Amino acid sequence: MRRFHTLIFWMVATSLAATAQSQSPAPAQSSTDEKAAMDQRLRDLEDRIVMLEGEIRQLKAQGSQPAAGTTPAPGAQPTSTPETTAQQAAAPASQPDNVRLGGAGSAASKALNPDVSVIGDFIAGAGHNSINPTPSFQMHESEVGLQAIIDPYARGDFFLSFGEEGVNLEEGFITFTALPAGFVAKAGKIRAAFGKVNTLHNHVLPWADRPLVTQNLVGGEDGINDAGFSVQHIIPAPKNWFLEFTGQTFRGDSADVFTSSRKNDVSVVGHLRTYKDLSDSTNIDMGASYSRGHSLFGSDFVTHLYGVDATFRWKPLQRAIYHSFVARSEFIWRQQDQPNINLACGTIDCPAFVRSGFQRAFGFYASADYQFARRWFVGGRVDQSDRPFDASLTDKGGSFVLTYWPSEFAQVRGQYRFTRYAQNFDAHEAFIQLQFALGAHGAHPF
Amino acid sequence: MKLSSKLFGAILSVTLIATLLLPSSAEAKKLKVIATLSDLASLTQEVGGDKVEVEALAKGYQDPHFVEPKPSFLLKLRNADLLVLVGLELEIGWLPPLITQSGNGKIQPGGQGYLDASQFAQILEIPQGSVTRAEGDVHPMGNPHYWLDPDNGRRMAKGIAARLSEMDPPDQAYFQQREQDFEKRLAEADKKWLAQMAPYRGRKVVTYHRSWPNFAKHFGLDVIAYIEPRPGIPPTPSHTIELVNQMKRENVKLELIEPYFDSKTPNSIASMTNGKVVVLMPSVGGKPEITDYFKLFDYDIALLTKAFEETK
Repeated sequence: MRRFHTLIFWMVATSLAATAQSQSPAPAQSSTDEKAAMDQRLRDLEDRIVMLEGEIRQLKAQGSQPAAGTTPAPGAQPTSTPETTAQQAAAPASQPDNVRLGGAGSAASKALNPDVSVIGDFIAGAGHNSINPTPSFQMHESEVGLQAIIDPYARGDFFLSFGEEGVNLEEGFITFTALPAGFVAKAGKIRAAFGKVNTLHNHVLPWADRPLVTQNLVGGEDGINDAGFSVQHIIPAPKNWFLEFTGQTFRGDSADVFTSSRKNDVSVVGHLRTYKDLSDSTNIDMGASYSRGHSLFGSDFVTHLYGVDATFRWKPLQRAIYHSFVARSEFIWRQQDQPNINLACGTIDCPAFVRSGFQRAFGFYASADYQFARRWFVGGRVDQSDRPFDASLTDKGGSFVLTYWPSEFAQVRGQYRFTRYAQNFDAHEAFIQLQFALGAHGAHPF
Repeated sequence: MKLSSKLFGAILSVTLIATLLLPSSAEAKKLKVIATLSDLASLTQEVGGDKVEVEALAKGYQDPHFVEPKPSFLLKLRNADLLVLVGLELEIGWLPPLITQSGNGKIQPGGQGYLDASQFAQILEIPQGSVTRAEGDVHPMGNPHYWLDPDNGRRMAKGIAARLSEMDPPDQAYFQQREQDFEKRLAEADKKWLAQMAPYRGRKVVTYHRSWPNFAKHFGLDVIAYIEPRPGIPPTPSHTIELVNQMKRENVKLELIEPYFDSKTPNSIASMTNGKVVVLMPSVGGKPEITDYFKLFDYDIALLTKAFEETK
């Protein structure tokens, strides 16, 4: 159908252009008005050709011509030409007349393929750490991202994390983007909105590892990451404050944080985020989080997590690609009641350090990262965290990080990490991390 | 334990109730338009007049590839009737998550409130054949800096006016009349700009990034090389030496750079070639005096013609 339109257009265009040519040299008496009208017609023609090119571009981007035999909807308006983003291409319901049911050709089906990206994370480590040992070399993670618009009302995102020995669905969820009253809802497996670090994938962290408090109290690398649903909403606030509430309910299984022994053992997460632009270049981002779920000791034992986070950013707009500064801190409290472990640990696998009774563990990290050149970042982090199952044990540490970006799609990072474990053991470790991205351009982290 | 659950439930309930009780902003008469760049905002303002309320997300002196997706932008997007964007993956690093998180169904891709202006414009440098990132941060669908051509400005204004008319049919005549008026004024201004640039048609220049192909085509400049070895890759010493030799060989004196790039390398190239660095503004608002699409070209052409005169 589009080919037919194209043919018609070119016929019209050619004839008009020919008319224009035949008229222009002829009459010496042609008035200024006629010339202006002629110019206008030529300009209109040129514009229509450009619009047509835009349409062809769109078709090329989709990788195919529309399926043969499609019929425009009766009374379809000759509205604006299709949008040109790949995301738009994946929104079939917006152009129902182009949809063919019952097996599209291979090219047409490619047009609906999701954006695909792969992010590799290779880490080499040196130093001795008997408590949290890391291998000398590891292909730490290969994250495959598959993202597309599902229909006019939702989009889908999948992140498959390939380790050296297995595959894990890091996240896989549908986001409903067109709900009434400004709500945004997600369902699937989601990184919980607890604090900042828990929401971030490895490749957007400014370090090669995760802070001690995350390792000890919030489930380590996997974090609170579970199947469930999430609802978020921006709450109107005065003076240009951004205020957003997120409420989430999960099955209740997340690393060593929550364990669901029964169907009713769901966990919940609530997060209140507030943000304010202090100036064009600086902003502050604060949050308070709460989570509750059942512990590995059974349905009668509940774990509570409380967190506050604050981030200060500076990025001079005109030199945004050369200089920036981010300071961030999270304070986390974890409270859980534990049974008599002499009895309990005979029936379940208990962690290495565990004691009976109520445990109130606290931990925090504070970090700062400064970009001093277009490709260079330097940063540091201070860590401290109690152990969750024996809050009398406290680990402390710190890191120094230097990152180099050969391009926007690759980075090399060196990190020195010192950890003083509660058992009076000091670990001095060094890491070199290489990260590289293939495929679709992802969004920059914020 | 119970107290925490109750507290959590209470916060959730209060939030939901407060949200639902708040009055809708649907009674607002003006169409709320958010443009990703100030240039698109300016064009929308030209054709929308007092029937629209327009705001841009990025500043005119900011690199549009690297805008931060700040939550404060969500406050603007959540109530927008129309989102106008450059497209061609210029905003891919920051706009998609904002659209998703906005909670605004109208501006989702495919909706009536989502307008990719690239569909109306003449796009240059569309890669042929296979595209890889060995060529740098290439835009597979063509160069997105297309607004720097008054002809494209006219086409985009027409496209925006058409969309505003679809969204607000009673004011269709108003939008069309304003668009025609804008077209007329732009044609007159373009005549003046072309006349100012006429003596320098065919002059060779170097640019930092591939931001100026449409501008160069319209005004007859010949961009022979770039300070970046590849799009998005900072200058390297070897490439800089090659560039200096090429500029000397071809007697090129002018380097055109954007305000968001470091001028250290361009300045050292200029000192080696006895040339000049000109900081052109790629967008409306790049300087306080560049308040609209007309003044953008006024500013850049004044700078360029002066620089050409000085480097004769």
